Amino acid sequence: MTKHADCHTMLASLSEFLDGELKDEFCREINRHLAECQDCRVVFNTLKKTIDLYHSASDIQVPSGIRERLFRCLNLEDYLINPNK
Amino acid sequence: MGETISQVFSLEALRSGDRAEFARLVDAYSKSIYRLAFRMLGDSQDAEDMLQNTFLKVFQSLSTFEGRSSILTWIYRIAVNEALMHIRHQRPDLQVGIDGEDTSDNDYTPSQFVDWCCLPDAELLSSESKTYLDRVIQQLPEKLRVVFILRDIEGLSIRETGEALCLTETIVKTRLFRARMHLRNKLSSYFGERLDMENTR
Repeated sequence: MTKHADCHTMLASLSEFLDGELKDEFCREINRHLAECQDCRVVFNTLKKTIDLYHSASDIQVPSGIRERLFRCLNLEDYLINPNK
Repeated sequence: MGETISQVFSLEALRSGDRAEFARLVDAYSKSIYRLAFRMLGDSQDAEDMLQNTFLKVFQSLSTFEGRSSILTWIYRIAVNEALMHIRHQRPDLQVGIDGEDTSDNDYTPSQFVDWCCLPDAELLSSESKTYLDRVIQQLPEKLRVVFILRDIEGLSIRETGEALCLTETIVKTRLFRARMHLRNKLSSYFGERLDMENTR
């Protein structure tokens, strides 16, 4: 990593780069660096993939009956019938 | 996917105790709050308790909601406080919170340089991999975990995440970077091994 003097600066900015929070000029600089630096490119690719994986795996199974128990706890039994649920 | 679609609610009706409108609010956001609860607490029964307590507090506090943030962001704030209270109660020996000093950046320096992105989705999203993803997110300190969940799983913007947690955008960005890098390092070790196994077959 240390062979590139600016790796540290690049890596510290990768998260904001992914979020589109950086100025165009700095984005171009990062893109140039990523094209040249294999290690930083791997970090960038795997960082993006990590976020994608968590996003893809975010559908948690909601236990059955949870809506009914929640509505009863909130005294909302009268509104339990909802054709969309 | 994790994003919750924002809906329009009548604040006037909610504040005046309109139960039909409140039921609509609960239906719109209860899944998001359950997901947050499960990711924060790691247990389905605890998550359900937290979900109920959150909406009880929401109902009790609606009259004080000033509408400076979106109602969903405000509900997330109540939910996060409920989660932290629950964790403090379970583990009184731990210092839990979203305030306080952050640790050094050195903990989040990349440590693996294996590109495992080429692994097939069947491997990356297998039930074993998902269990590992769940386990490593549970190991993140609460202050980092909650930022990652709100931003990267629930899809809030940086600004909304800051509003939900009463943190500045700068702190949100710093913690998001640390959470993402920590998870990337863990996943790189895990999937790096799987890549080695694929290559030696």
